[in-house]
Amino acid sequence: MTSQTVTLRRPTWRLWTGAAGAVVAWIFAYRINGPLWNWFVTDILGLDLESRTGSAAEFFLYDTVKILLLLGGIIFVVTVLRSFMSVERTRALLGGRREGVGNVAAAGLGVITPFCSCSAVPGFIGFVAAGVPLGITMSFLIASPMVNEIAIVLLYGLFGWRIAALYVGAGLLVAIIAGWVIGRLHLERWVESFVFETTLRGQPVDLAGTLSWNDRFTIGREEVRTIIRKIWPYLLVGIGIGAAVHGWVPEDFFVRYAGPENPLSVPIAVGLGVPLYSNAAGILPLVEALNAKGLATGTVLAFMMSVVALSLPEMVLLRRVLKPRLLAVFVGVVAFGILCVGLLFNVIL
Amino acid sequence: MNIKVLGSGCANCKTLESRTLEAAGRLGIDAPVEKVTDFGDIASYGVMSTPALVIDEQVILSGRVPTVDELETMLSAAN
Repeated sequence: MTSQTVTLRRPTWRLWTGAAGAVVAWIFAYRINGPLWNWFVTDILGLDLESRTGSAAEFFLYDTVKILLLLGGIIFVVTVLRSFMSVERTRALLGGRREGVGNVAAAGLGVITPFCSCSAVPGFIGFVAAGVPLGITMSFLIASPMVNEIAIVLLYGLFGWRIAALYVGAGLLVAIIAGWVIGRLHLERWVESFVFETTLRGQPVDLAGTLSWNDRFTIGREEVRTIIRKIWPYLLVGIGIGAAVHGWVPEDFFVRYAGPENPLSVPIAVGLGVPLYSNAAGILPLVEALNAKGLATGTVLAFMMSVVALSLPEMVLLRRVLKPRLLAVFVGVVAFGILCVGLLFNVIL
Repeated sequence: MNIKVLGSGCANCKTLESRTLEAAGRLGIDAPVEKVTDFGDIASYGVMSTPALVIDEQVILSGRVPTVDELETMLSAAN
């Protein structure tokens, strides 16, 4: 072995040892989280876990740490995996697809492609100007924010894997069908005309293949840091209020007002979700507490979808490329899909 | 050297702009950082995820905000 290969291999070796160490530390922290706070609340604070204050304190401490651990771990893994994909690659995969199959592919790719909804406009122009059909582009733009790792982590951490899986399936279905409907309606005339006049000069940039593992891990760490820094205040407030609801609001309080047999609760939840973008981290712990007191599960899922898929800032952005009528159709079709999901799950769950 | 930051004014674009300025400052490159906010112009560079960094009309990076150290490497490579 020459000295050159040694210097090349050493950082890689260190990188993977570090990663293995991080995995072990993460599993240890996740395992110890429950017993630790149990012991802390009963033996250090001297509270009874059956009492209101005791159960609220335990809920707050345990849930905060659990969700932060899940967010950190899953955002890191997802970001590293996604660094192998790029919007450019997705567009190449979607070009020339027929409707139907194309909508399914677009929704699936929307989940695995690294894409921030703040890029909705350049993404939309890049897709449509390169010849990806409007409905297929829409399937991508709906699935990308709706089926995102933060929503999935929060649903898994607070409601369990079955609800998280239902959410993913229903979210994909809404994206596929809504995009297909928009495609069938042939609304290209309601896209701002400059989109079709944009010429894409130069080489499309695809940097996904040029990154080293070290780069990918750095990107993953940066992403975790950025997201946690952005959402932790909302998360703490949300879990705090949730803990108070768990402790003090009477059992089955919401069954009377927002139980499964009240169909009005779903449209109200969808409407409330629209202005609450990016605060999903704060809202979901609260909603979980409301669910425990009788708020219907379909209503909860519809609310979560509305929060992430129908956000006011994204609509303002999309207005730059969609004429008001098409924007209205987009919002209407997606809202209707979410509504159906909520009502359906309230019936079957 | 001609440096452009492409993006519609989101938080990430501002971070990229300030980090680029810092990296340029470290290298002693005295070039203004031009902001491109028009969506048509951004798309015409072939960029689909913002923010993006363009040096001498070449797209160097898009869709993420690198560290100042990374930017320093990119700027000195382009210089």
